[in-house]
Formats: sequence, C-alpha cells, structure tokens
Amino acid sequence: MPPSELALSLSVRGLRKAYADVVAVDGIDLEARAGECFGLLGPNGAGKTTTIEICEGLLEPDAGSVELLGLRWETDAAQLRQRLGVQLQETQLSEKLTVEETLRLFRSFYLRGPEVAEVIAMVQLEEKSRARVGQLSGGQRQRLAMACALVGEPDLLFLDEPTTGLDPQARRQLWDLIERFKTAGRTIILTTHYMDEAERLCDRVAIMDHGKIIALGTPRELVAALGADHVVEFAAEGSGVDLGALEGLEGVRKAHAEDGFYSLQVAQLHVAVPALLAELASRGIPLTELRTHSATLEDVFVSLTGRHLRDGD
Amino acid sequence: METKPRSWADRSLVQLTLVRFREFWREREAIFWVFVFPILLAAGLGIAFRNRPAEVLKIGATQTELASALSKGKSLSVSLLDRAAGEQALRTGRIVLLALPGPSGGVTYRYDDTNPDGRTARLLAEQAIQRAAGVRDRVAESDDLVREPGSRYIDFLLPGLLGMNLMGSGIWGLGFAIVDARRKKLLKRLIASPMSRAEYLLSFLLSRLAMLIVEVAVLVGFGALIFGVPLRGPLWQLALVCLLASLAFSALGLLLASRARTIEAVSGLMNFVMLPMWIFSGVFFSAERFPAKLQPFIQALPLTAAINALRANMLEGAGLFHFAGEMAILTAWIAVCFFTALKLFRWR
Repeated sequence: MPPSELALSLSVRGLRKAYADVVAVDGIDLEARAGECFGLLGPNGAGKTTTIEICEGLLEPDAGSVELLGLRWETDAAQLRQRLGVQLQETQLSEKLTVEETLRLFRSFYLRGPEVAEVIAMVQLEEKSRARVGQLSGGQRQRLAMACALVGEPDLLFLDEPTTGLDPQARRQLWDLIERFKTAGRTIILTTHYMDEAERLCDRVAIMDHGKIIALGTPRELVAALGADHVVEFAAEGSGVDLGALEGLEGVRKAHAEDGFYSLQVAQLHVAVPALLAELASRGIPLTELRTHSATLEDVFVSLTGRHLRDGD
Repeated sequence: METKPRSWADRSLVQLTLVRFREFWREREAIFWVFVFPILLAAGLGIAFRNRPAEVLKIGATQTELASALSKGKSLSVSLLDRAAGEQALRTGRIVLLALPGPSGGVTYRYDDTNPDGRTARLLAEQAIQRAAGVRDRVAESDDLVREPGSRYIDFLLPGLLGMNLMGSGIWGLGFAIVDARRKKLLKRLIASPMSRAEYLLSFLLSRLAMLIVEVAVLVGFGALIFGVPLRGPLWQLALVCLLASLAFSALGLLLASRARTIEAVSGLMNFVMLPMWIFSGVFFSAERFPAKLQPFIQALPLTAAINALRANMLEGAGLFHFAGEMAILTAWIAVCFFTALKLFRWR
C-alpha cells in the first residue's frame, strides 16, 4: 500500500443506499486523511446523515465499501466501536441522570480514555456536573453529547449536525471545542447545512445534493473555482431584467435569478457594480435592493444547483 | 488517559444497572405504583372484606310487649317506636325490620326481603317471639366458629395482588423504559458505542430482580404483619415462584417493547395483553368461576400460573411438586418470549 493511503482515516467506495421511495445515497466515494476535519455539506435530505450512519456502522449499505482506520465493520466491529466517537443527530440522553452519571455510563463502555472529570472540563460543564440532563440548555446538552463522543478518546470522531438549533453563542462555543479536538491531531467527519460552519471548521468539504457528491475540495478551492470573489444580489421592480444582458456585463461571470432576487458572481466589484447600475438605468428599471458579499460555500452551492442550502430539497 | 484496572463500580454492567435504579428512583409515579399502590389496595380491600363479629341488627317494634319479647333475642337491638316513626326509620335504613301487632294476636314483620340483613332480622325476630311464647328447640344445637387465618378474603386476595404487582412492574418496567430509549434515539446512540447489547438487556433483568426483593418483601410483610396472612410453604420456594414469575413478565415486557417506536403503541399492546389477565387470572376471585371451555386458555396465562403457585405455597403450604405444572408454564413463557424478543428486537 502506498504511504499516502496508509494515512487515510476514512475511505468510502461506491456507496449506495436506497429506501422504499428514495435513493438516499447514490454511489459516492469519499476519503478523509488522518488529522483532518472533513465536512459533508448539503441541504436537508441530501443524504448526509445516511452516509455518516453507514460509516458509523449503524446502517448497512446496499452496495459499496467502507474502511475506517484500516478496519472494516464486517470483520472488526468491536475494535472499531472502541476507536470511534459518535454524536448523532437528535439523541436525547436520559433526562433523569446527571451530567456526571451520564458520562460515567458512557466511560464504562470504553477500555481507554480520560477520566470523567477531565471530559467534563474539556466541554466546560464543570458547574453542571451534578445537574440533571433535563435542566441543561440546548447548547449544554449538545456539549454533553460531544463529551459522550469524546469519552473513549476516539481516533475518529463523527459529528452529525452538531450545532443545528443552537443560538450563535452556543454554536461558537461548540466550534471552539471542535477546533481544540482538531488541534490534538484527531480526524473529524462532520455533516452540516451551515456553510459558515463548514468554512470555519473543515479542511476539506464534500458538497452533497440528492445523494451525490457534486463538489469536493478545500473551502478555499471551492470558492475559488467560482472564478468570482464577490456576489452582488439585487431586487428590481418589474420584469424587464435580462439575465443574458447581465452576464454580458463587464466583470460578471454568471447571473442567476431566484424568487425575484438576482445574484451575480463577480470578479471585481468596483467594475461590475457601476456596470450593473448603468444597465438597469438604461432600461429604466428601478432598483429596490442591492447588497454585496464575499463569495462563500453557499454561493458555490447556488452556482451548482440553482438552489440555496437552507431551502431543503 | 491511561488504561488502569477499573473498580467494580466502573464496569459497564454495574453502571447500566445503576442507571436503571436511578431512572426508576427518580420517577416518583413509578415508586407509587410499584410499592405504595398494592399496599393501599390490599389495606382497602382487607378492611372492606374483613370478617366482622356477627353484627347486631337494629329493628323496631310498635308495642311494648313485642319490644320486650324481641329484646330477648340474640343479636337484636330493639327500639320502641310509634308506627309513623317506625316506618320512617325503616325507609331510611336506620332499622332493618319493624314488628307490628298482627291480626288475631299475631305479629307482622315489615322488612325488605331483598336485603340480607332484613331476612336475617326476620329469622332472629321470629325465633325470639316463638321462644317468648314458650316454644323450645326440639333438636339441641351448638356453634363451632371458624375464623382462622388462611380462609379469609384477605388471604385469598394477597397472593393475587402479589401476582398482579409482579406482572405490572415486569411489563411496565421494561416496556416503557425500552420504548422510551428507542423513541429518544438513545438506543441507537448506545449501540454506536462499544456497549454490549446483552449487558444492556441484562441490566434490566438485574434491576428488576433487585426491586423484586423489595416489592415482595413489602407486600408479603404487610399482609403477614397487619392481616396475619399465612406463609405456610417454604420461603425459598415462594422466592423461586416470585423469581420465575417476574422473569416471565419481564420477558413478556421485553417482547412487547421489542419493536414499538412510540409510548402510545406500546401502551396499547401492554393493555391488550394485561387486560385479559386482570380479568381471568383470579386476582380478585377464583379463576374457576369462568366456564370450563375457557379454562385451558385461562390456565395457560402466566398470571394464572403465578397466582395459583403463590396461593398453593402461601395458603396451602404445598411443596414445589404440587405446582410443578404452573412452574413449567412460567418457564415456557420465559423461554418463548425472551427468544422471540431477541429475534424481533429493534435497536434503532
């Protein structure tokens, strides 16, 4: 085996999984290197959770193979369970147990790992260690779920939508926690439908849609592939806007319309914006809204699918 | 961060079992239903159906001679009333019979013949009047009263309640906890860890057995101390019956909870399974009162087997050999339910 492949923490080949009415995962290949944070980004229903649950050994794929840390579920399940940390979407831990009792339970399943008190400190729940889970806030519960995933000192950590439903402050706290784990040299596989989360945390991102991977690379590479550093969005009265004409403007790479909003991918703002204003003025179309931002993964997704991430499928 | 030898308390089976206790102990309602409710029920029924010394019946008479003749009768308390007051007392139940002078020097008894007390008073009054008139018994009679423990209603009831309690805590205890964990995706989270599935299920049985000791001790102790319910069979055999019954109901609970995803679904299933046993298995009255055609079905129910075995042990002092059939039925339920439950069990 070449040295580069030895360093793979996750290797997925030709993965397929269909449910009665829908193909959830439609033949995907993935690789995550040791020590990297790999993100699966996509809207709800894209097949992220199905993919990650197959990797976690919770679902059987219809076809394809999964190799984790050089091991396979078919032959090495017990060993894998000891070396993986898992945080599932929407698990409710028992509300009647305290934080400490919950972690002691999970700690008892693993052969190695830090002391319970250390894990509690790691997720900054010291003050809540004797509180019942039922009394924790959403962010604290999520950190406890993370602690349950970390308690076996995993080599590979799976996080499924770790910050969904949290307020901005709780999200940032959780991001800090994930970054610290990353610094410790562990591999993380993360799913999210927040592009800012993927940009902040992930070394590499696979963008998923309808069970397929539609783009793969570092967040920087993916954004750069747009060929546009900025996005101009505007709304205008009437229906006289011509997408073809917009794409012909200087500095505009691509134009796109959605729900009465237009968005332009733009290489140079200072050239494109005056050109846009002149074009609209010449047609007598009044502008009702105009804003610009630096291109993000969200724009990559829009450019690839014509939809926004948060629209669902 | 190091691997060091772990204390017994940090073993996963111990931790899982502790979790069971904590969850149970912190659920106030569960404690009430498992420990307090059976005692209240036994106390209530025990008091309602206690064997009382023969009661003194209150009757009325409208004539002084009648009243004095009647007051010589056994267990009668006579008041002298005028006719209107007497009828009023009879209607409102303060007396159960009113004696009036009848035609040609006789006596008329006014009473409600559908009221057993009224009929008893009629017989007692008649006896008193006849004796006052000089009639003597032609056959000598004497009483030999039987009020020994073991043949009273409370003696019959307590093993029934014990069986019902074992059924309830086994089926509810396992069923709700497992379905709740599945509904919250906690089961799925647990099997994503290296937890042993066998240990998880075993923790339910272990905590069940520990709680069983308390449950049985509380209910049997209460019956024995307060009502003098007899414990005639060997105690270790009583313990064995309770253990087997509890395992059978736990296995049944596990089976009922093996696939359901919601509390509503499993509640429906549990009621469907438990209701026939509440009715047919002889908790409150003998199962033999049901038609012979139903008996094979009734006798095969685990609660019937459990209660029959408990009564045989506690009341008759019968040895294991005498209820081997019941023990076999319970064992069969354990084996079939446990095996089927493991086959069907949905971990996700």
